Amino acid sequence: MSGLLDGKLALVTGAGRGIGFATALAFARNGARVLLNGRSVERAAEAAKLICETVPGADVRPLVFDVTDSGAVKLAFSEVHKEYQGLDILVNNAGVLKDALVGMASEQMFQEVMGVNLSGTFKCAQFAARLMARAGSGSIINISSIVGRYGNAGQSVYAASKAGVIGLTLSLAKELAPANVRVNAIAPGFIETDMIASVPEEKRRAIIDGIKMGKMGTAEDVANAAIFLGSELSSYVTGQVLGVDGGMTI
Amino acid sequence: MSNADKLKQAFVEALQVNSSVITDSLAYEGIREWDSVAHMQLVAALEEAFDIMLDTDDIIDMSSVAKAKEILARYGVAFNR
Repeated sequence: MSGLLDGKLALVTGAGRGIGFATALAFARNGARVLLNGRSVERAAEAAKLICETVPGADVRPLVFDVTDSGAVKLAFSEVHKEYQGLDILVNNAGVLKDALVGMASEQMFQEVMGVNLSGTFKCAQFAARLMARAGSGSIINISSIVGRYGNAGQSVYAASKAGVIGLTLSLAKELAPANVRVNAIAPGFIETDMIASVPEEKRRAIIDGIKMGKMGTAEDVANAAIFLGSELSSYVTGQVLGVDGGMTI
Repeated sequence: MSNADKLKQAFVEALQVNSSVITDSLAYEGIREWDSVAHMQLVAALEEAFDIMLDTDDIIDMSSVAKAKEILARYGVAFNR
């Protein structure tokens, strides 16, 4: 197997479906050993099986833990440390999307969205940074969102969590650059995944009309950006927020 | 090498100081060399030396050499008195 990520060890959170799964698959295709994180044992195992069927010889393994559970995150990273003595790439993808007008956003919803999208991202980055800084190299890729940069009516909580991810990315990039650990974010636009399956057709059409390239993106489009940021192609790139949005914001 | 020697060496490497400086009473930010950046290097050195992964709370609590020994003991690293 040969590719842009040959021999690298990557951990992808929320790898069971959507952008996470596409990224894990793309990484495996490019020669990376991939740890597939998810909360569900069955889904992570199914994702691993699918990748192995698609990419013969792929070296993938489920790593089941909940990114909101500090103890579980620590245990998972300890396991990675013990088993592999390091980590080359972390893709912080695990996320939840909940929409609500500001007057109808409950405290519980706020905590849930922040807990997964921001707190979970922070916890994983915190442990990954330690493994990577010790090795003197690594790439952390945080999946943000176009709404984290530009906002969206009805998504104040989700947008706040994703804006937080950008602030976290920029700060970590500054803090970890001396250790040769790069930290970047990807801000996907309107991507065809299960997460947006519930968007009504009329609204979907209106959004697509606002995209300069006239179409929705795919999870593979985002995965390709992750390959770039995880590989040596981006060895001098850190602290960037890469929009993958078909020109939605220009 | 004894655990005490390993500990001392981790401190020496991380803080870039002479080993004579490393006494139980040496405290975080007690000398210029033991700042927050060096503290994270110290954590890495200790984790490497003893093949452990410290909890974030323990990293924050590691306020002196004596405290480091106390914390490491909870990870099964014994120091002879």
